[in-house]
Amino acid sequence: MRTQDSAGGPAAAPSVRETAGSAVMDQPLYVAAAKIYPRAVHGWFAAWRWALVWATQLVFYGGPWLPWNERQAVLFDIAQRKFYIFALVFWPQDVIYLTVLLVISALSLFLFTAVAGRLWCGYACPQTVYTEIFLWIERRIEGDRNQRIRLDRGDWGARKLGLKAVKHAVWIALALWTGFTFVGYFTPIRELENSVLHFDVGPWATFWILFYGFATYGNAGWMREQVCKYMCPYARFQSAMFDRDTLIITYDGARGEPRGGRARGRDKGTLGDCVDCGICVQVCPTGIDIREGLQYECIGCAACIDGCDQVMDTMGYPRGLIRYSTQHALDNKLGVRDMWRRVFRPRILLYTAVLWGIIFAAAVALYIRIPLKVDIIRDRAAIAREVEGGLIENVYRVQLMNTRERARRFLLQAEGLPGLTLVGDRTLDVDGASARLVPVKLRVQPAQVTAGKHPITLTVQAEDDANVAVREKTIFIVR
Amino acid sequence: MSQFTSGFWDFYIGLITLVSIIACAVFLRMQSVRRVETKEGGTATTGHVWDETLTEYHHPLPRWWSWLFYLTVLFSLVYLVLYPGLGSWKGTLGWTQVGQLEAENARAEAKIGPLYQKFAALDVPALAKDAQAMATAQRLFLNHCAQCHASDGGGSRGFPNLTDKDWLWGGTPEAIKTTITDGRMGVMPPWGPALGEQGVKDVAHYVMSLSGMAADSIRVARGKPLYAQNCVACHGPEGKGNPALGAPNLTDKTWLHGAGEPVIIETITKGRNNQMPAHKNILTPEKIHLLTGYVYSLSQGQ
Repeated sequence: MRTQDSAGGPAAAPSVRETAGSAVMDQPLYVAAAKIYPRAVHGWFAAWRWALVWATQLVFYGGPWLPWNERQAVLFDIAQRKFYIFALVFWPQDVIYLTVLLVISALSLFLFTAVAGRLWCGYACPQTVYTEIFLWIERRIEGDRNQRIRLDRGDWGARKLGLKAVKHAVWIALALWTGFTFVGYFTPIRELENSVLHFDVGPWATFWILFYGFATYGNAGWMREQVCKYMCPYARFQSAMFDRDTLIITYDGARGEPRGGRARGRDKGTLGDCVDCGICVQVCPTGIDIREGLQYECIGCAACIDGCDQVMDTMGYPRGLIRYSTQHALDNKLGVRDMWRRVFRPRILLYTAVLWGIIFAAAVALYIRIPLKVDIIRDRAAIAREVEGGLIENVYRVQLMNTRERARRFLLQAEGLPGLTLVGDRTLDVDGASARLVPVKLRVQPAQVTAGKHPITLTVQAEDDANVAVREKTIFIVR
Repeated sequence: MSQFTSGFWDFYIGLITLVSIIACAVFLRMQSVRRVETKEGGTATTGHVWDETLTEYHHPLPRWWSWLFYLTVLFSLVYLVLYPGLGSWKGTLGWTQVGQLEAENARAEAKIGPLYQKFAALDVPALAKDAQAMATAQRLFLNHCAQCHASDGGGSRGFPNLTDKDWLWGGTPEAIKTTITDGRMGVMPPWGPALGEQGVKDVAHYVMSLSGMAADSIRVARGKPLYAQNCVACHGPEGKGNPALGAPNLTDKTWLHGAGEPVIIETITKGRNNQMPAHKNILTPEKIHLLTGYVYSLSQGQ
């Protein structure tokens, strides 16, 4: 329970009525959030987080600059409704692959959360990643925790003003670069770069660069843990995926308590291993004390583990007073092997199996996907017509989508009725990554068919590759 | 709506809106403080007790959260000043739905206008050879014409085929443009009452003979004078038709309502009343010009 900052709240002077053993007082329902000054931390888990910061941000900032066959390798062209990812071109009709990607993401989330809690939050979430980067900048300019606290408490002078101005300038520059990169995924980034250099950016690109930049600056610079605590829905529903065998960041109370300060090298007497140095609280980006147990604010970043391990090393105690462990292991004092054995429980195995099943199915579907889509719409109003020679003719609109990036010639063929013939050109040229609509006429001899509707198939096949073929069903009406 | 209501209702609605918005802010302000019970050595609770033992911890939200609430109140007030919404208040920006539609149309026109200007500068035969113009025109044709004339322009029973050389009202660019712009009314009066059943059949056989269909020679002979009496005014002495009236040529193999004796008898007996709707109120002159080029191009391949 954090203390209420009543001085800052709307109720300036809480009125207190004392009763036996309890006090009833007016408390504000909204309090100013206390600023958190996370202390720099180094160690195994911090290294992992930085590795992920580098990995995700190299992909993010570098992605739009990669070329591929004279175009941008990764480009989501919303205006043309084509989505390029290296060799793949996705059309709006391919939305199923986006669905599959979301299913894979959701299942990965279930799996990772069931194994080790909020791994995503602690290491890979953009909120964490950008906060880490912004904190690093802040630390370079204003110093570590204590210097920052002192700076904020101090009077506004030239130095404080200068440091703050530099910090915000760097933050804003990085945020704008982030916004620029983001927009670069939707509009060719080299053209965008040109228009930025010539102050000639379109209104929508300007809006999105500023909006995404502002969101980055606001979230990573100002909001930070507030986003996780009060805005993120994911933070709240993750607890539903925890169970007693989920690895969480825990403080080993049995080993640590009673906590207390002591000089290095002296006998600790009746005290536990916790020296009550408060490092675990100081490094926490959400400002909680992990020694109070699992809390919803904990994003699982393991900064407290790294911090505590350093202290344990200095004290000459074994590491792991704060560590990844499970509720089960803590309660039953399980060894590491027993704990890990319990981690691979049916739930995890099932998630893993389903996840790999879907990834495999998606990969196969992508591999056998052919770069041709066909859509046939029968003329609705003109049902059937009689043409010269008494032949019955039906008209269809055939929409051919050549999703390959090079032009191709396609062959049309109709079957399903005796004497069914296709009138006009049977070959159709379609440009690369474009669609073409052609009216197609089919004819039959009335003597060879009965009146009514007949199912037929129209086959479209690439001239140079018989495997690139689509068979579409439609109907032929005779009257 | 103003004819139904007096100025009182504007005032009434405006007042309710404003009072509600301000009440929200006041309510929020009042509810920002709560009496909280703190047990000695325990944590603060809101004081609510449910089901005998359930209590609620007092976890205050960050203050920016309440500022967001106040911001929505401020937003609604600013919105109601700028945009219509408060009774009959028009808003200082002068925004209207119609105005927005017109602005969007003007923007679209500014974008596609130059394209159509380029097409309008070409004459119809040149337009028919311009691939870009024809690609645009095909989309217009599919939207506005294909319902009756089919996606390929081949028409169907009762709806003329636009891909052949046979024209009811003339196939010159000017005639096509007039047809699209003003529409056409093709009327053939019913001859059943005047000719009688046998007379109709005789004329039908004569008409069939004109295009070389198999016909009963006796009926043809009987039908010829009846044709000369009743039909020549529109279809001409040789049955070649008259584009000025939209009267079809009876000597070719094109039959709008279908070939064969029963259909021809039906046509003569009951007459025909065919209409092509006018498009001058639906399409701009530039679009009609483009469509003229497309329809003209359809018959050029043959």
